[in-house]
Amino acid sequence: MDYFAQQLINGLVLGSIYGLIAIGYTMVYGIVGMINFAHGDVFMIGGFIALISFLVLVSVGLTAVPVILLIVLLVSMAITALYGWTIERIAYRPLRHSFRLAPMLSAIGMSFVLTNFSQVSQGARVKPVPPIITGGYTLHEGDSGFVVQLSNVQIVVVITTIVLLGLFTWLVSRTRLGRDMRACEQDQTMAALLGVDVDRTISMTFVIGAALAAVAGMMYLLYYGLVDFFMGFVAGIKAFTAAVLGGIGSLPGAMLGGLAIGLIETFWSAYFSVEYKDVAAFSILIVVLIFMPTGLLGRPEVEKV
Amino acid sequence: MSSAPILALENLTMRFGGIVAVNALSFTAQRKQITALIGPNGAGKTTVFNCITGFYKPTSGVIRLTHDDGAQFEMQKLKDYNISKQAKVARTFQNIRLFPGMTALENLMVAQHNALMKASGLTFLGLLGVPSWRAAEQSAIDNAVFWLKRVGLLDRADDAAGNFAYGDQRRLEIARAMCTGPALLCLDEPAAGLNARESGALNELLLSIRSDHGTSILLIEHDMSVVMEISDRVVVMDYGVKIAEGTPREIRDDPKVIAAYLGTDEEEAAAVMEAEA
Repeated sequence: MDYFAQQLINGLVLGSIYGLIAIGYTMVYGIVGMINFAHGDVFMIGGFIALISFLVLVSVGLTAVPVILLIVLLVSMAITALYGWTIERIAYRPLRHSFRLAPMLSAIGMSFVLTNFSQVSQGARVKPVPPIITGGYTLHEGDSGFVVQLSNVQIVVVITTIVLLGLFTWLVSRTRLGRDMRACEQDQTMAALLGVDVDRTISMTFVIGAALAAVAGMMYLLYYGLVDFFMGFVAGIKAFTAAVLGGIGSLPGAMLGGLAIGLIETFWSAYFSVEYKDVAAFSILIVVLIFMPTGLLGRPEVEKV
Repeated sequence: MSSAPILALENLTMRFGGIVAVNALSFTAQRKQITALIGPNGAGKTTVFNCITGFYKPTSGVIRLTHDDGAQFEMQKLKDYNISKQAKVARTFQNIRLFPGMTALENLMVAQHNALMKASGLTFLGLLGVPSWRAAEQSAIDNAVFWLKRVGLLDRADDAAGNFAYGDQRRLEIARAMCTGPALLCLDEPAAGLNARESGALNELLLSIRSDHGTSILLIEHDMSVVMEISDRVVVMDYGVKIAEGTPREIRDDPKVIAAYLGTDEEEAAAVMEAEA
């Protein structure tokens, strides 16, 4: 039971990170109908920027951890958002009215560009950081000596995720920008006819998606204590899987899918074998898609007249 | 107030490959009047609308819009979102195009994008919740509520627009178009599929939009009771050209129009009318 509780905690933390990335996939798919394959690498960029800004802050002699974390968070969100905006502007927008696969191919290319750019500019080695947030709580100590722990990092990851999700949900459901985004998702021509600048709204979608990916990148850095130029690939594929599992285009679905993938992976590693955790995650995806083709929360595609 | 007509089409031509859908069409719609554009199916009416609202780039010709203050716009040159933002033209569709997954209120709020955009300082002030933005948001809600009340859908404000009955969707679409604060409202068959009672309510709504809100209306309609009752002027099209223009009464008695509708030639129609008279 203790072992189970510990794995549950680990799984939820991992799932939060996947969920934050998955939102970026699902938002972009919802509004422009393309899979942004470069999104995993945007997450990686977010991790690197968090690392760099952390090192800069430490080297100028800042020691208050909460202040450092807040500044790192804001800086990595801002700069990664700029990456997201730029990627959309140069790689996707010129191809928007081209054939359907063009932006997707461009996205795959962009993914290589970002990976190699990081490799060349930051080096190919894994970049470790000393633990920034230390300590934690012992929740329960079993008879066999197994300890259920909740570390402070895990608390920070989960709380940040919840706060950001709340903010994001508010943005999408209550603000003008959110309404414009949903309107563009449903009928771009009509939205334009009501005065909505569709290009700008799509740009904002990429900016928000990238900012959330940056948060995920920073959480990854805090949690695992390392970043490398290749981490975007696997994390990106997992998050994409999460988005599809939850029902692509659905925002709560992305978060749910992220949590599901995180939990499946963690529990499989804990009870069966670590080597096959990815196989387990993807097998469950396949099974779910066979029985629920639109994912857990996806709506069936409505034919537009 | 400008004396120029609100909308003037000059030699508008729209060709699709070898097919000429609209051929050198010229007509004007007068300020604060209801102008009806009628004609048999396939006459090119919707194509004209699509040219006015930027869906098609006309092959040639000019579509000139003049605001009350004299500001002029050539519609065929405007970017899609500027048709609402600058030229203040709104339209509805023959096959309704609401945002089905959004509530009725949200549909009307999206239509007030421009006012809110200005107030939210390109989004960022809005995110910070600056008071001027809150005030703008509130006045947008008030305006939306006004129009929901006006079309009798206030009690369903929070229902998804896609779940509304057909007639309700039509009225909601007009309300949404009005929320953009248009100078010219283009309605593509607003009475299609409405029953007699609904169609009567529609007439009353359109007349009040014209007189109470000072919005000029351009209307495509097949329902002649609507056309005859509310329009100030009627333009008749057939095979992409204008065949008649005048008051509803003049149009009703025009042999060319009758011929176009009944498929007979003009002399025959004239003969029938003389025989009746």
